[in-house]
Amino acid sequence: MNTEIISTTTEEYKELIESLKNDGFEMMIDLTAVDWFRKKEPRFEIVVQFLSTSKNSRKTVKVFVNDEDLTIPSITDIYPSANFYEREAYDMFGIVFEDHPDLTRILMPDDWEGHPLRKNYGSGRIPVQFKNAPKVD
Amino acid sequence: MYTPDNIFTTTIDKAVRWSRTQSMWPVTFGLACCAIEMMAAGSAKYDLARYGMEVFRASPRQADLMIVAGRVSQKMAPVLRQVYDQMADPKWVIAMGACSSTGGMFNNYALVQGVDHIVPVDIYVPGCPPGPQSLMHGILTLHDKIMDGEINR
Amino acid sequence: MKNNKIKKSKLSNFKNKLDFWATNSEEGGWNISSTDEGSQKMLENENEKQIKIQTGTEVVDDFVIDEDTSDDERMIVNMGPQHPSTHGVLRLQVELEGEVVRRVKPIIGYLHTGMEKTGEELNYFQGPTNTTRMDYLSPLFNELVFSLTTEKLIGIEVPKRAETIRILMTELNRVSSHLVALATGGMDIGALSMMIFGFRERELILNFFEKTTGLRMNHNYIRPGGVAADLPDGWQKDVEEILKIIPEKLQDYDDMLLDNPIWKGRLQNVGILTTEECFAYGVTGPSLRASGYSWDLRKSQPYSGIENYEFDVPTLTEGDVFARWRVKVLEIFESLKIIEQAMNNMPKGPYKVQDKKITPPPRKRLDESMEALIHHFKIYTEGFKVPEGDAYVAVESPRGELGCYIVSDGSAKPYRMHVRGPSFCNLQALPVIMTDSPIADAVAAIASLDPVLGDVDR
Repeated sequence: MNTEIISTTTEEYKELIESLKNDGFEMMIDLTAVDWFRKKEPRFEIVVQFLSTSKNSRKTVKVFVNDEDLTIPSITDIYPSANFYEREAYDMFGIVFEDHPDLTRILMPDDWEGHPLRKNYGSGRIPVQFKNAPKVD
Repeated sequence: MYTPDNIFTTTIDKAVRWSRTQSMWPVTFGLACCAIEMMAAGSAKYDLARYGMEVFRASPRQADLMIVAGRVSQKMAPVLRQVYDQMADPKWVIAMGACSSTGGMFNNYALVQGVDHIVPVDIYVPGCPPGPQSLMHGILTLHDKIMDGEINR
Repeated sequence: MKNNKIKKSKLSNFKNKLDFWATNSEEGGWNISSTDEGSQKMLENENEKQIKIQTGTEVVDDFVIDEDTSDDERMIVNMGPQHPSTHGVLRLQVELEGEVVRRVKPIIGYLHTGMEKTGEELNYFQGPTNTTRMDYLSPLFNELVFSLTTEKLIGIEVPKRAETIRILMTELNRVSSHLVALATGGMDIGALSMMIFGFRERELILNFFEKTTGLRMNHNYIRPGGVAADLPDGWQKDVEEILKIIPEKLQDYDDMLLDNPIWKGRLQNVGILTTEECFAYGVTGPSLRASGYSWDLRKSQPYSGIENYEFDVPTLTEGDVFARWRVKVLEIFESLKIIEQAMNNMPKGPYKVQDKKITPPPRKRLDESMEALIHHFKIYTEGFKVPEGDAYVAVESPRGELGCYIVSDGSAKPYRMHVRGPSFCNLQALPVIMTDSPIADAVAAIASLDPVLGDVDR
């Protein structure tokens, strides 16, 4: 089935979400971010999936976040299910959601430095030594 | 010297080691996929009770063996160490599965690359996840190790 | 010599960095470099609105005391992450007022594996290896959703036989996953026989999986372009055995539990989740269907040809823990129906898409054809390229809507791979279920949502 994709700006983002809610899209299914590091100009893109069970249709909302402050309004007051997803996006990408009730790290420890899913954050791979490993006796 | 039929003699070492192997209670430390296989090993078909080990204790104070079943994340590492510290001596650790032994296929920022960075490990059980048979083989190997080893560890 | 020195210094650096290196030592000291103990706390002050979001609508099981109690009588209790009935490493901070739960905060991330980061490093051919380890009770669904998303991006259709095998395997997986949910749920509440029963029947299915895929769990069987291997000889016999034995055993469960007054008293009118709350918190799957809303992606947005099968969507109206348990039992029967139809109508033909760029040639061809050797080498070293774009595909996993969102930049590896785990979203409803109900019902509430922490934390 085809999903309608709507692109919007940070200013109109919240109004659009409200109109979607009034439009019969009961569920916010998924919210995630994409890091277009050195590929696109506003670096972070937020992708939100909506589902209407009554109309049996889906909609995708895409919005680019301003590079200067990395801030976007939170939609937890419209869809409470956005709570964990916004915290995850904050944890993994460092995007700040305004007026979120509890914007803390969710997956990583609280004193972790950096935002792991950013493209300029290394994967943290530790080289594996297969040969000449120090002998344990 | 006369000994009646129902008495047999042994050394204290051997008796202590034998008793340790025969009632080794594991602590429930299920983390990920391997935990399901650990539960399968404890259930009807594979029946860990044969080795006196079906009592998975929820409290680390009552357990002798920690089976680290699954991947250990950086966030979980302090908890794991704390549970290990709370266990009464003597205690043993089995690293079950590739992730807890070496980090497995997830060589990245989030995982501790092998639980031996945090606690000393006695037996490594390979597999992703190891089947109940593999886990049992690991446990029996640990029994052998205890029977051959020192009693004051 | 110089080289050696550098290596050594690197190694010592590495040790310092980790700060805890206990191999070959007698329980050496361990300096905690990063700890989360107590840093995640409940919010001190919550306004009316936030509390309203947390408590949800007032339902029958709510346990409200009229008199105002002072703050001194409230106590915060920490549950988990190492707790036998939290189904893994879930941690809950529970604020109690006497016996009654007033606020709950789930704290997750104790199993965060960085799979989305690892997914960006593996190519599409290796991708299912990674995704299959997310929801470890229903690994085949994870592979299916990843493969479907990749296929949507490439724009290929898999052969009919591959589709039918996929349906057969995933529905068997749904049965095994629900059996574990029933087993662990029963154990948490005290019906220990359920634990033994559920795992016993699950072995039947796992044996078939082992025969087909080579592993009991984490199969990496469903791959982009089809499935990894054909069904083994005599597979019908095994499936027939499963179809014969499981309904009998389910009857045993019903005899034991359905009219059991303790079981009913423990579960009925406990942990009610209404349809509105399900919508608000994005709860899908059996929990939504138990609240009286008939919504199943297999019916409404079918995938992999499941629209050709006849089955019902069991729906109950109570929305309590008992209904969620019952829906799972009824769903097993429906899955068995689908399995039977898939078995009887298994088409003949290839089980992989016949596209040289995507499917590696069979081993035999490598000895005969140079071209086949080149394709084989290219696919296994480099993978296949996927056109630019993004796609979101969802399937109905045993816990709800399992979605996969892939952004491709035209290379052989996903630019961004995100999986929408149903447990992650369902867990947000836990405060709603647990607040204003006795602490003894907390375990039943967690068990009924059936969260898999590998799916939550990824």
